[in-house]
Amino acid sequence: MGGWLERLTGSKTNSAENAKERLKLVLIHDRTDLTPDALNSLKNELLAVISRYVEIDPNAVHITMAQEGREQRLVADIPLKTAHRKKVGY
Amino acid sequence: MTAKVITITSGKGGVGKTTTTANLAVALANGGGKVVCIDGDIGLRNLDVVLGLENRIVYDIVDAVEGRCRVRQAMIRDKRLSELYLIPAAQTRDKTAISPSDMVRLCNELRPDFDWILIDSPAGIERGFRNAIAPADLVLVVTNPEVSAVRDADRIIGLIEAEEKGPARLIINRINPALIKRGDMLASEDVLELLAVELLGIVPEDESVIVSTNRGQPVALDSKSRAGMAFQNIARRLNGESVPLMSLEDKDGFFNKLSKMLRSGGE
Repeated sequence: MGGWLERLTGSKTNSAENAKERLKLVLIHDRTDLTPDALNSLKNELLAVISRYVEIDPNAVHITMAQEGREQRLVADIPLKTAHRKKVGY
Repeated sequence: MTAKVITITSGKGGVGKTTTTANLAVALANGGGKVVCIDGDIGLRNLDVVLGLENRIVYDIVDAVEGRCRVRQAMIRDKRLSELYLIPAAQTRDKTAISPSDMVRLCNELRPDFDWILIDSPAGIERGFRNAIAPADLVLVVTNPEVSAVRDADRIIGLIEAEEKGPARLIINRINPALIKRGDMLASEDVLELLAVELLGIVPEDESVIVSTNRGQPVALDSKSRAGMAFQNIARRLNGESVPLMSLEDKDGFFNKLSKMLRSGGE
């Protein structure tokens, strides 16, 4: 009933969506005992180690927490810079 | 006869554990099962008042465990349903009066004489919770569709798994369909997606729960109450029946309003 009125005034709160997004993050941290800060330093250290071996673009890297059932997994998508560019040198 | 032990827990307080325990006990006994429910909240007993049996307590669970009475003597028989019994909690002791192995021993003694043993767990994750889940064959987690209850439910589900008492099954209590429709309450699907656990039932928010609790008459005895119907459905699922989830749509729809009007007019 109130739908059109809310659209008109732009005042639709939809706080449930807000609750869901907040809970998603809180549950990740509760389940893994990882704070957002710790996750960030994990990410930085991981990148530092990987760049010792291969060339990567830190801006293209995606490291996230994913939920699969009640299992949490750390998903890292790390595109490598292609090797043939290096070969140009010799 | 060998009873199935079901523990009802939640992490957070006030989500409806005791109401759920009382109503499932009543519904299971009404369906022909022989049921004993145990109040695990030593020091803060309440299952007795919700069931309306508070005036008949002589002995309690701690008396039985410490040998001051036989287990039979601590059991109060319900007036309405002859196959329903309550073992009340002690009010002047604390959770440490009983250990998890005491609970296992108590339930093993009761198992041959019953179909169902329901244990009402206290809130929290400490000794009282550990006592309550120790003898469980199945653990039911009660939650409400709001952030703090869902968060605590997640924590408790993890602990139940760690204690090898899982997988827990979920009851979402106090659902308000109008709020969900407005986008201001987590829907059951959202809660299930977040908690990733199997659903046993949903219970709508219903004023008749308050009224029936005032009277000490569990709402599952009231065939007109929607919450009562929801608890009866859950009891049937525990009995292995496949009962579809109650539709919470159109609670205030035209036909509902009409039938309400007709009903009140007819009385």
